Amino acid sequence: MVRELEKYLRPGIGVTTYCPGCGEAILMGLILRAIDELGLNMDDMLFVSGIGCAAWIPSPYFNADTLHTLHGRTIAFATGAKLANPKLKVMVISGDGDLADIGGNHLIHGARRNIDLTVICANNMNYGMTGGQVCSTTPVGAVTMTTHQGNPFPPFDLCRLVRAAGAVYVARYAVTQPLPLIRSIKKALQTEGFSFIEALTPCPVQFGRRNKLGKPAEMLKSLMARCVMKERAEKLSPEELKDKIITGEFTDGRD
Amino acid sequence: MAWQKVKSTLPAGSYYFSGDEAVAEGAIAARCGYCAGYPITPATETLERLSVRFGEVGAVFMQMEDEIASICSCIGASWAGAKAMTITSGPGFSLMQEGIGYAAFTETPVVIVDAQRAGPSTGQATRVGSGDIMQAKWGSHGDYQTIALSPWSVQELYDQTINAFNLAEKYRVPVLLMAEEATAHLRERIQVGEEVALYNREKKPGAPPFGTEEDDGVPPMPTFGDRERLLVTGSTHDEWGIRKITHPDVHERLVRRLHNKILHHRQEIIQYETYYLEDASVVVVCYGFTARSALFAVERLREEGKKIGMVRLKTLWPFAQEVVKDIGSKVKKILVPEMNMGQVAGEVMKYAACEVVPYSQVNGEIIHPHTIMEQLRRLS
Repeated sequence: MVRELEKYLRPGIGVTTYCPGCGEAILMGLILRAIDELGLNMDDMLFVSGIGCAAWIPSPYFNADTLHTLHGRTIAFATGAKLANPKLKVMVISGDGDLADIGGNHLIHGARRNIDLTVICANNMNYGMTGGQVCSTTPVGAVTMTTHQGNPFPPFDLCRLVRAAGAVYVARYAVTQPLPLIRSIKKALQTEGFSFIEALTPCPVQFGRRNKLGKPAEMLKSLMARCVMKERAEKLSPEELKDKIITGEFTDGRD
Repeated sequence: MAWQKVKSTLPAGSYYFSGDEAVAEGAIAARCGYCAGYPITPATETLERLSVRFGEVGAVFMQMEDEIASICSCIGASWAGAKAMTITSGPGFSLMQEGIGYAAFTETPVVIVDAQRAGPSTGQATRVGSGDIMQAKWGSHGDYQTIALSPWSVQELYDQTINAFNLAEKYRVPVLLMAEEATAHLRERIQVGEEVALYNREKKPGAPPFGTEEDDGVPPMPTFGDRERLLVTGSTHDEWGIRKITHPDVHERLVRRLHNKILHHRQEIIQYETYYLEDASVVVVCYGFTARSALFAVERLREEGKKIGMVRLKTLWPFAQEVVKDIGSKVKKILVPEMNMGQVAGEVMKYAACEVVPYSQVNGEIIHPHTIMEQLRRLS
């Protein structure tokens, strides 16, 4: 976190609780950078989060109104707050387990209703806070504390899911793509309606360790190598796309 | 001013409403700004009426994807400044329990109407029961307090809906209006007065929103957008909302204050009515629709010269323990007729020194006055 963004942090809270090498502290900085570049006033904002590591990005660190809710119910809480006071600029920040597993039904209905919420889903591909269990975004074959012989089930493509449900802005970037991710968060904040960004973030302690993905720096490098922009991916063969993660904007409200 | 007299939203006069409609009109009179729900028998008619009437008065009605989302969106709306309510029946009430626990722990005013039907599970959707009384007290995990009201008429569904909002806002607590299918679907004439007294939540800029100096206080409640930079969390928190998830003293203090703020104020919260207690040797302790049958039975037996009295509990939680204790020390026997397996009878036994006789009926029908007369004849 650069010093100039510290003005957005709640005074007196001190260090974050993120594990060494966690990408979510990077994401925290990128969200604040987007808010700063847009010149938004934190007094007009409400940050709603659920349960899990990513839910701690705004609560208690952001110096704004924050609603740290029940596991999975984040979108429902945010919907009520936004409808009761439409002047609030409401941003939801939570993890893949919170938003897509236990909260999957609320996520698709939120997208369908197209209420003006900006949703940032930090996807670390497992349940980090509870010690690294399988979730709906864990790749097939990945080892977790509840899939010791490898995950047998395919993961959700969250962007396809949320887009199909009706969100007007849908994008995926990794925290290793800071500039496009900041641009995307800005665009999502400026888009009226339900906008959704899947932010890929490495979890070295709970996920990387068990899948022998190396040290935090190696996980970041591997994420950089695996992410390809959508436009480039269109020109690649299925063979070349194997193990790649397609990033970019999947809908931007115009189609 | 916390208390305020405002004009009724309906013109003063007499109206012929169903219980479900009376709940909707009571919510509008209380200036409810947000209602979310999910269709369920026998509560659906309230949602249907609100979906029309809220549009006329400028409040927000939302049909959500389930009851969990309904109560959670109400909690969000409450923190955003609206008086909020959700309406359901048993199966939905079960789903709402995690939200009720969250509302209790974050001290969020919210009204939950449970038009009780015959359970457990899907049970008999169109038939009556009072099986959710203990769930209203113990439904969510951990120790917490709620306020639960038991109306016996369409008039009271209107009045107690307003009362529920006032209690929720005053004590910053979820208030459960434990209606029953029989009153929800009953049609009766009700009177609407010129004015209603409403409690508006107290704000105190800069004051801690989650703690008081007293061990039984209700903190002022700011809302989102007040520039108070609120931290609302369902984790254990200090008076400023900062998570304190391993501090024994913070947890103990918070849990105890949330109990005390309700239990220490129970004399102000609890409402009940007494009938023919002066010389009674047998008393019926009852609530909800069953009290209608009980009063009929008591009055018939009085005509026969039997010394029978009655207490009607309008508030179920916090429990009217002083009232029950007092009666239990003066009479020979107490009969507790209920449309469940003795949920309130057990509470009466806790506090009454005399013999307590439960009468349970769980067939999805109201308890007939003659059934209660028969029970009372056996006891007197």
